Amino acid sequence: MKILVAVKRVIDYNVKVRVKGDNTGVELANVKMSMNPFDEIAIEEAVRLLEAGTASEVIAISLGEAKCTETIRTALAMGADRGIHVKTDEELQPLAVAKLMKAVCEKENPDMVIVGKQAIDDDCSQTGQMLAALMGWAQGTFASKVEVADGKAQVTREVDGGLETVSLSMPIVVTTDLRLNEPRYASLPNIMKAKKKQIDEYSPEDLGVDAAPRLKTLRVDAPPPRQGGGKVADVAELVDKLKNEAGVI
Amino acid sequence: MTVLVVAEHDNQEIKGATLNTVTAAIALGAGDVEILVAGENCQTAADGAAAISGVSKIRMVDNALYANALAEPFAALVVSLAGDYSHIVLSHTTHGKNVAPRVAALLDIVQVSDIMEVKSPDTFVRPIYAGNAMATVQASDEKLVITVRGTAFDKAELSGSAPIEATNASDDPGLSSFVGQELTRSERPELTSARIVVSGGRGMQSGDNFHLVEAVADRIGAGVGASRAAVDAGYVPNDYQVGQTGKIVAPELYMAIGISGAIQHLAGMKDSKVIVAINKDEEAPIFSVADYGLVGDLFEEMPALAAELDKQGIKPR
Repeated sequence: MKILVAVKRVIDYNVKVRVKGDNTGVELANVKMSMNPFDEIAIEEAVRLLEAGTASEVIAISLGEAKCTETIRTALAMGADRGIHVKTDEELQPLAVAKLMKAVCEKENPDMVIVGKQAIDDDCSQTGQMLAALMGWAQGTFASKVEVADGKAQVTREVDGGLETVSLSMPIVVTTDLRLNEPRYASLPNIMKAKKKQIDEYSPEDLGVDAAPRLKTLRVDAPPPRQGGGKVADVAELVDKLKNEAGVI
Repeated sequence: MTVLVVAEHDNQEIKGATLNTVTAAIALGAGDVEILVAGENCQTAADGAAAISGVSKIRMVDNALYANALAEPFAALVVSLAGDYSHIVLSHTTHGKNVAPRVAALLDIVQVSDIMEVKSPDTFVRPIYAGNAMATVQASDEKLVITVRGTAFDKAELSGSAPIEATNASDDPGLSSFVGQELTRSERPELTSARIVVSGGRGMQSGDNFHLVEAVADRIGAGVGASRAAVDAGYVPNDYQVGQTGKIVAPELYMAIGISGAIQHLAGMKDSKVIVAINKDEEAPIFSVADYGLVGDLFEEMPALAAELDKQGIKPR
């Protein structure tokens, strides 16, 4: 079984994001970038299937600017076998990413694609489902458990009311939720080994895909600030304030 | 132009989030608003949808194929109906997030996720970077799929009487089947619709200690939530999670207990009307958004708070 995993380069989750002064976007200069946390979980799941002998090959794909190769190298250091970089400096939106990944799937014929349930930059939560739709495949979104047997995958999903389990015909797209696994740290020897692993590069034109954005960002604003910082001395004052000042209990 | 809202329901009751989504659909100002109720033996849910104010028609599809709202057949159904509509609108819940992108991709149209404000039928405000920035986006496609952040829109009233039209099922793509579900049973209000939410974080130190949160929650009729750290540590199930990657809540009162206030948690609760924080670390970022911060050990303060609520005769409203 061959697994394709998408990894996105995003602003590190610990960085406090700032809106640019001209309201055209957020400040990206000199900001620490990392792999989207849900994509780390996706790589980890694929590598575990590889180690268990369920998967035979894991390919990490990233789409975007030149520096995305750093994110691919991280995935390779975690245990992916090789990488694919779809290189473009244009803004990529979820539908375009899904179309580009479809073109790669048609070349590589994976049995499973694993992606994060959302990227922590645009928070769209669309790409995996869109790819499944374009391929005519089943989807196991927000997965907390994935088991593969006899051409079917049993996926346990995190839904609003609890958990739900579905049985899906392969091939499938899985999108990862938090509790699927705990991603490993890449060891130094594996980081060194990853430098020698192969990364193939394509452009959207190579793949025959029109990746132009269909949603235009008119402006980006900081959210209205919240006036906090009020303190109470003890629980008696707290209850009094909630009852008589705020009137919420 | 007509707008289609895809209702979320359990075949009996329409979920609260759908009421907020209908308000957003009306705010589009694009034309009549119709609601799709697809399920199995879902007449009662369709009747419920018919009572929502401002809706011109209910399209009911009663078929075993939609009993569990599997994404593959459900999206195929929505696509089969899409020709009649300019906007297809869902709630930004796990159901909406599962189905909406599949619909958009099959129609080759853009999806605008998690909208918080409608500027015009093609222009919306939506949060990015966990709500640390608000993007105003404009779509160029003639047809749109939209998911709606429920807490950003009021619930629609229930004084309508829209006609219900039975609608045909579409073909089963035959890709998926339902195996089972394990729903969290709780007598407490559901997080996203609760008037008050009390959440515990890593400071709770264990799942057993959540009884301290529950004791306060039950005295004021609150839902119980948790930070991602508490979910990661295995104290409580994932469906308790409030934050960027969990549920977004905006209750009248939010109480953060033993929660430091990571960016991703603030993203899920900072629009609450009143915020209380109890934390022993007075430098914790949660205090910067709290209206009433109490610096102290939650293992002493929470029992004391429960006792004080009793002393003052506070009861759930």
